[in-house]
Amino acid sequence: MVTKGAWWNDAGVRAVLYQIVVLGAILLLGWYLVSNTLANLAARNIATGFGFLGREAGFAIGESPLAYAPTDSYARAILVGLANTVIVALVGIAFATLIGLVIGIARLSSNWLVARLATVYVESARNVPVLLHLLFWYALITEALPGPRQALNPIANVFISNRGIKFPLPVWEAAHGWMAAALVVAVAATLVLARWARTRQAETGQPFPIIRVGLALILGLPLLAWLAGGAPTALDRPELKGFNFTGGHTVSPEFVALLLGLTLYTAAFIAEIVRSGILAVSRGQTEAALALGLSRGQVLRLVILPQALRVIIPPLTSQYLNLTKNSSLAVAIGYPDLVSVANTTINQTGQAIEGVALVMAVYLAVSLGIAAFMNWYDKKTALVSR
Amino acid sequence: MANDPVILLDKVNKWYGEFHVLKDIDLAVGKGEKVVICGPSGSGKSTVIRCINRLEEHQRGRIVVDGVELTSDIRSIDAIRRKVGMVFQSFNLFPHLTVIENLTLAPLWVKKTPLKQAQETAMRYLERVKIPEQAHKYPGQLSGGQQQRVAIARALCLKPDIMLFDEPTSALDPEMIKEVLDVMVELAGEGMTMVCVTHEMGFARTVADSMVFMAEGVIVEKAPPKEFFAAPKSERTRQFLSQIIGH
Repeated sequence: MVTKGAWWNDAGVRAVLYQIVVLGAILLLGWYLVSNTLANLAARNIATGFGFLGREAGFAIGESPLAYAPTDSYARAILVGLANTVIVALVGIAFATLIGLVIGIARLSSNWLVARLATVYVESARNVPVLLHLLFWYALITEALPGPRQALNPIANVFISNRGIKFPLPVWEAAHGWMAAALVVAVAATLVLARWARTRQAETGQPFPIIRVGLALILGLPLLAWLAGGAPTALDRPELKGFNFTGGHTVSPEFVALLLGLTLYTAAFIAEIVRSGILAVSRGQTEAALALGLSRGQVLRLVILPQALRVIIPPLTSQYLNLTKNSSLAVAIGYPDLVSVANTTINQTGQAIEGVALVMAVYLAVSLGIAAFMNWYDKKTALVSR
Repeated sequence: MANDPVILLDKVNKWYGEFHVLKDIDLAVGKGEKVVICGPSGSGKSTVIRCINRLEEHQRGRIVVDGVELTSDIRSIDAIRRKVGMVFQSFNLFPHLTVIENLTLAPLWVKKTPLKQAQETAMRYLERVKIPEQAHKYPGQLSGGQQQRVAIARALCLKPDIMLFDEPTSALDPEMIKEVLDVMVELAGEGMTMVCVTHEMGFARTVADSMVFMAEGVIVEKAPPKEFFAAPKSERTRQFLSQIIGH
């Protein structure tokens, strides 16, 4: 016999009811926040809206990958800040991944000294707040390095001083265009060659030294183009004029300090993630692969790392996001990243709500972009069972 | 079986820290001979066969496999691992590769066999272990018995002279033990040299040329199975046999 209880005891009805209550509470809270803010802004005679973005910014930005002058708009200034953030984040992610992978494998090394050194690095790097990393490197660069007149000169035309790293760039000539074209051809040829090498190994069993040949192509073809183009050697060199250098290209101390700090800090966490990923692959896998006669390197490359990747990727994504967001600490050492530029903008215009909302929206978009890419990669490496 | 031994252990000793696992182990296995090693857990029987392909290092004594002595020389280790196949208790298939990729991995990278030929060989061995239809599945999609048969086929793909089995049926459900043992019996019939750690005494009776009983790191008794089961010489062996055959 089926007894029918009261309708308010039905699990389905209750679930719907709870959801309606929660949704109502959230809407109420949102309405309160918005109306309260609007009332306060009106009481203080502050205009709202994003109209300020079109006005002239009027402040200079220390370094910029895009053309920028103080007469440009606030929108342009914020775009420059975003570009600076994206550059430091991408370069930082690349270096942190590389260093983290090497240190993570080194921590598991059977070589006592290598393993200990890696441990010391990880423990000291990850247990110091990232802001201190930035201040440390910035202080080291600006205080410990000599001024431009006594700049270190490790290679001809490269100068390292407390004003950053100065290096020469070639003066643009037609031959450089040919070099760029040669590079594209070389990369394409390497890809074709890699395909051919796989087919050949499948047919004859002979592996082809694709990495060495590919490298030779990618380095050699542009070199040939350069020679064919008359080997132009004109350089835009940095030269000491008065108290500072003119000419050449500069990497600022702020960028170097930010990059070093973020990279070395995040690499320590990535090293731990790599180590845990490798340890998550059971000892039996290594033994089975060794028993089949695979070499240590082949075991790592063909058996351990592909399995470790599954464990590594989700926490690695978090670290990439952390690095990107931590780059906002750049404001502490004066690197003109998104937050730094937005700060100046807010100070000058008083549009705090719009400014902060804009920064939040941009970080959210960048982070979701990284997360989406990593999720796609995670799906690609997922394991099939059942 | 009076010819030169293909596996020779001569006064082999091994310690894990303070713990003396192997004490003066002497063992000679002739070509085509089938040796079954049994003994209580912790007796060092797995360690012995793991020393034969250098998954474990011995500290004193000599191990010679097919004329090559095992030292820390990487090349002699590689040479021996190519001649010796091994099957583990926990299968240890590579979960990120399909069955056929598991079988062709070592032929491709170690023996530099062309892919097509490696795949043909792999399919032949999959047919021998009677699961060719599973070739493109992943190990996680197979039953334990099927996985262990794949593991045997994987070892056979390198055409080894010697097969080592480390408790190959201990992790299997009872109804799957037979399918794995059937494959092993067939393999024995083809003249493969086999060293097998197992408690499957029925299998030992039909296949083994000699039985080895180990306890506490020492070989207590080595005898042909008839003698071994009918009239064990040592009290320790009798006790062990009565325990595992008693029920």
